[in-house]
Formats: sequence, C-alpha cells, structure tokens
Amino acid sequence: MYSFDPTEEQQMLIDAVKKYAANDLRPAAHDAEENKELPKKLINKGWELGLLQASIPESYGGFGERSAVTGVLALEEMAFGDLAGMLAVMTPSLFALPILLAGSEEQKEKYLPKIIESQWPSYTAAFIEYAFDFDPNDMKTTATFNGDSYILNGEKAFVPFGKEAVSLLVYAKLDGQTQSFIVPKDSVGLTVNDEREKLMSLNALPLYRVKLEDVKVPASNRLGGESGHDFDLILSSMRVANAATAVGVANAAFEYAKNYAKEREAFGVKIAQKQAIAFMLAEMRTEIEAIRLLTWATAWKLDQGREDASNEAYLASTGAADMAMMVTDRAVQILGGHGYIREHPVEMWMRNGRGFATFTGLAIV
Amino acid sequence: MPIEFEIPKPLTQAQFMLKTVSEEMIRPKSRYFDEHEHEIPWDYIEFMHSAMRAMGGSSLAPRDESPSPNRRGDRGEGKRPPIGYQLIAAQIESLAYGDLGFYHCLPGGGLGAAAVYAAGTPEQKEKFLARFMDEKPTFAAMCITESGAGSDNSAICTRAVLDEKTNQWVINGEKIFVTGGDKSFTEYEKLGKGFIVVWATIDPTAGRAGMRAFVVESGTPGVKITKLEHKLGIRVSDTAAISLVDARVPFDNILGSATVEKSTSGFKGAMATFDATRPLVAASGVGVARAALEFLKEKLAENGVKIRYGLPRQKLSNIEREVIDMEIMLKSAWLMVIKATWMADNKKPNALEASMSKVKSGDVTTKITQKVVEILGPLGYSREFLAEKWMRDAKITDIYEGTGQINRLVVARQILGYSGAELR
Repeated sequence: MYSFDPTEEQQMLIDAVKKYAANDLRPAAHDAEENKELPKKLINKGWELGLLQASIPESYGGFGERSAVTGVLALEEMAFGDLAGMLAVMTPSLFALPILLAGSEEQKEKYLPKIIESQWPSYTAAFIEYAFDFDPNDMKTTATFNGDSYILNGEKAFVPFGKEAVSLLVYAKLDGQTQSFIVPKDSVGLTVNDEREKLMSLNALPLYRVKLEDVKVPASNRLGGESGHDFDLILSSMRVANAATAVGVANAAFEYAKNYAKEREAFGVKIAQKQAIAFMLAEMRTEIEAIRLLTWATAWKLDQGREDASNEAYLASTGAADMAMMVTDRAVQILGGHGYIREHPVEMWMRNGRGFATFTGLAIV
Repeated sequence: MPIEFEIPKPLTQAQFMLKTVSEEMIRPKSRYFDEHEHEIPWDYIEFMHSAMRAMGGSSLAPRDESPSPNRRGDRGEGKRPPIGYQLIAAQIESLAYGDLGFYHCLPGGGLGAAAVYAAGTPEQKEKFLARFMDEKPTFAAMCITESGAGSDNSAICTRAVLDEKTNQWVINGEKIFVTGGDKSFTEYEKLGKGFIVVWATIDPTAGRAGMRAFVVESGTPGVKITKLEHKLGIRVSDTAAISLVDARVPFDNILGSATVEKSTSGFKGAMATFDATRPLVAASGVGVARAALEFLKEKLAENGVKIRYGLPRQKLSNIEREVIDMEIMLKSAWLMVIKATWMADNKKPNALEASMSKVKSGDVTTKITQKVVEILGPLGYSREFLAEKWMRDAKITDIYEGTGQINRLVVARQILGYSGAELR
C-alpha cells in the first residue's frame, strides 16, 4: 500500500526538529555565515535533539533504530532552518552511521557507545576529493594492503571539523573499489590544512583539506573488518540525505519568497497577485514536491533493502541538485534587488542551492 | 499507516494485464487509426467491454465502494485502506502507455458519468449509470467548453429554461471539444444508449451560481453533432461539436438543485470533481511519456548506447544525461499522481496536490516526448515508428482538464491562500 503519513513518533521528531530549526538555527544563520562561525551552544542543542542517538540500537547505547525515512524527514526540516548548522550538528553521523550500517561488531562496540554518550563528539569523515569530475566510485585516494595494515595516500577536501576531529572515516580506493578506514587524527602522515576551505557558501561550517601521505592504519580499522563493506549502501544513504537537505533548503527559499511576495506591493497590488510571480511560486512548490516524493520513496526503498534503491538514490540526488538550483534562483528573482542583498537569506540559499551537485558525502541518513 | 511505497497488488495486476493489452491489441493498431481519423476501433471497444464485464467492472469511473474508507471494514473484511482512485490511475497510465487515444475509446461513463457520480441523487445514479454494465458497450461524455468559454467555464452561454407546462428543461447552445461526443450521442447499432452531460446556466444574471449540468440522452431531438474535429493527435478519439436547439429534457435530468442560491457552492462542487479527475489525466500523460522513454531506451540499447547510472554528471554523455533527467521527471511525476489519488481515496482535501500533479505531468509529458523525437533524429521523426505520434498525442495532456497555466493558477491560489478575485 502507498501511504504518505509519518508515524506519530516521526511527527513528534519532526515537530521538535522544526522548532529547533525555526528558533535556533534560522536566527543564527546570517551571523554564522558572515562571521564564519557557528556557536558551539547552537550545535550542542541540535545534538541534544538526539537524531543520531535515536538511530542507534540500545545495545550500542542508543535508543532506537536507524530509518532512512525518518532520517530524510528530519534532515529536510533541519536544513530548512540552516544548511551549515544542520551539517555541523550531524557531522558525527558521518562517522557513526557507516559504522552502524557496515562496521564489524568490534567496531560498533568500540565506537558507537562512545560517540553517543558524549556531548557533540568530534568525529567526521573524509569523502569528497578536489577534482571537477570527482567520482565516489573511482576515488583518487588509494589504500593498499601490506600484510597487516593498510597504507592510505591521497588528498581529501571539504572535511567538516577536520581540525578538531579525533578520528576520521577516510574513503579510498582499494582493489578498484571504494572502501573506508577509521583513521585516528594523530596518525603519522595525516595533515590537516591550517586554512579552512573557502567556498561559495557554507562559510559557517569549518571544512578542511586533509592530506594522507603513507598513513598506516591497522587492518582491523577497515570498515567492516577483514572483508570490508558494501559501499553502495553508504553512498545511497549519502545521496538520499543530500536530496533531503536540498529539499529543505529549497523549501526555505520558497517559503521566504512566497511570504515576501504577499507583502511587497507594486502597481497597487501585492506582487504575488501578478501571474508572473504567482506562476514561479507554483512551479517552485511543484518541483519541491516532486523531489520530496522521490526522496521519500528512495528512503523507503533503502529501508526495505530494495534492489533498485541505489539507482533511485542516484536519481533523487541528481534531481534534487537541479531542483534546488532552480527554486533558490527564483527565490532571489522574486525578491529582486532585495534578493541580491545579504540582509535577506535568499542569496545564501541560492549559493547553497548550487552546492547540492557537489555536497554528496557531507550528510548521511 | 506509516510512509510506505509498496505498490498495492491490484495495481500491479492491472498494470501487468493492461501491458499485454497495450502491446498485443492496441499498439499494432495505433498507426492505422492515427491515419484514418474518425474511424471507430470496434474490435478494441468490444473486446474491452466484454473483458471488463467479465471482471464485473463497467468503466474506469470510481465505484462507490472504492473511495469510501469504511465500507470494507463494515463488511468485516479488515480495514484495508481504500485504493479506488490509485487503481484507476494505474489503469489509465497503463492504457495510455498503449495509446492515449485508445484510452479515450474505452467504453464506459467517462467524464459524463463522473459528473453524475459527483452531483447526482441516488435515483439519478440508478437511472443513468446502470447502463454501462449492459451487454453493449456504452459511452457518456461531458460538454462544457464553448467557443467563447474554454478555461473560463463560468462564461458559458448555453441556456436552460424550465418549461413549466411540460416540466421540461429547454436547452439552447453550442458546445465544442466534446471528447467521445459522437460515440455518446450518435445512435450506433453496436453501442448501447449513451448520454452527454451538458453544462448550461439557468440564470445568466447569477454567474457561477446559476451553472448546472443536465443529462441529455442520445438521440434527443434538437441536438446535433455538427462537426468532428481534425486534431494534432489522439485522432482515434472523436472530438465533437454539438448544437442544441430547443432540446428538451425531463425536469429530473438536472444534476443538483433547480433553484439558484446566492452561493457558488454548486459550481464549486462541480469544480471539485476536477480534484478527482486531474490526477487521472496526469496519469494518462505519464503513460505516454513512459512509452516514449522506454522506446528511446530500447532503440539506444539496440544501437549499443548504454546509460551509465551512478556516474558523476561530468562523466556522462549528453544522451545519458538527458535519459537520466527524463527518468527523474517521469518517476517523480508518477509519485505525484499516486499521492494526489491516495489523498482522494482517503478523503483528504487534495486540490493543491491534484493540480500540482497535473502541472508536473503536463510539463514532463510534453518535454519527454519532444526530447525523445529529438534524440532519435530521423527515427524519431519518421512515421515508421510511434515516437512522433506520441509527441503529438502528448500535447493534449497539458491542455485538457485545465491547461498547465490554469493549473498553475490553481496551485498558486492554494499556496498563497488567494481567492479567484485576488489572483486572477
């Protein structure tokens, strides 16, 4: 059967996230972007919502079960508040969720309780690489096995909280396949750039370039243990998360532009009463809905372990990137000159909007 | 029920069955009837009618029991959620995948019966709807559009006046673009007695509040099919112009109240039937688009072109990008149809979702079919294959049942909370 109603539990979670997004993330977003800094208090408060904690079973110190559907519902609402803030709050899940999804029993026991029980913990992942045609299934960073350990070489980009992380999950190519490795930050040969990444957006989020030169990690640090893991599931979970956050940002821009258009007058009427504006809003809402449904369907298929889930995740993420660009661009257009001024958030959302073609790897459900 | 995307069994079964019908029965005739406009595909009509009768159904119109959430539970069959509209959407999508025009030739009540369902009394439903189960295939059609009243159907000029001596309505006016009007009104030997539902005003000073629909039986004196249109596509489906000159129908053939109140609730009620039918038209568009996209992928595969899903955009060829984009459009458009019909099945107000699904489907269907012809080059443009026909057929889905622009207007009013006066 088809159904589009969240469960009561999911609805409670959505409401809590919505409140945090509206009361905490959104009001802080402008200054955070300008000052290039997110208040620690803000991140901690988001962490205390317990999104990751609720994805981890009790046996590992959590209080729930991971669900991609719940994940996309929550991420959309949080990204509606602020993308950089949302990515910061959820950064530890970049380390924890792949361990939950594909880690060995030993890895789960070693890391999950530790991560969950602390205040917002400094764990992250190094996924993206600095290349125009970066391909998650064909990474330039390499791992080689030397009998008892893996040697990692390469350079990673856009690593959130790379500087303060205690451990990173590093993705690298091993025998033609992408695998990941738990790498303590103090490993010999690992250097984090002093300077943060300078991007078109996400200035509030500390992102770093990380270099790996003959970094040696014990064989037991390969995610999933000796035989490794299925990368497809992790990649799909990242793609669907990317789609969900894109929907959140697009919806933020749409709502803002809609409200503005209902206030702003020109030629004696509200500009929303002009079809040129009203039609843009109708199309924005329609495209948001289209990708939102595709994202939900993909998340459900992931939860069900459907064969076509990974293909759908690719389509959802790809479609979301286009949709978010279109919607955020139009939001700026509807505000006109005011949209171009940084006092209004739409220009930031437009800068965010283009990013979803690149952001896969910064969030996971 | 939590968020779920498990396709209900009846939908899968319908899709499976109609795929065979589409491929074995419809597609082989698509080209012939495209090139012989106004010929009637009797074999198909009779086959579909007997098949539907054998299965206990008469038409694709929603049956009373399906959309009601409680009926099944009352019968003690367990509380399975209703899926009536979803099932119809899946059937329509599957038939349109075969051929959009043939879908319109499916015998049954169509939009005419839908109006009776929506606004008729129990007696009227009994009187007018039972016939679709009869031995002969039977059609009904809806007459709204006039030469001066298209999307703005409140501008309808057709007039109905009550003759109190005979207790009959006397109707005068000219209707155009009546889908299936010929099969519904003309008395063919192979068909049962159909009817048309004619929209007219009973009080020209009352605007929308004076608008009513009347059931006009086939063969009614004074009513004439004056023209069958020659169209860009869906040529197998007849599109009639109908004139009514002092056409008389019994008093009881009026749908809704015979008195004019100040409110426009009657008109709004009628417009609300669009909330149910728009996603179905959207579904038909998705079917055409799917046919075109599948054909493209087949031809590409034959020519050794693989679509490498999962690669970054930067590594894809232009054709791969186009195909992937079309798949995104098609999948999401279909999900919007499903959501809008799911809402209808569950009695949730769906005016916004219904119109959004129509906006999306209209866009997607025209874009995909046009893109497929482009990518296939001479093969696409040639009448040897059906791609060019699907492109011509597809265009209508962004026009009828509310053009893309009218539906944008509806969506905009919904999201902005504006009335028709506030956003014209």
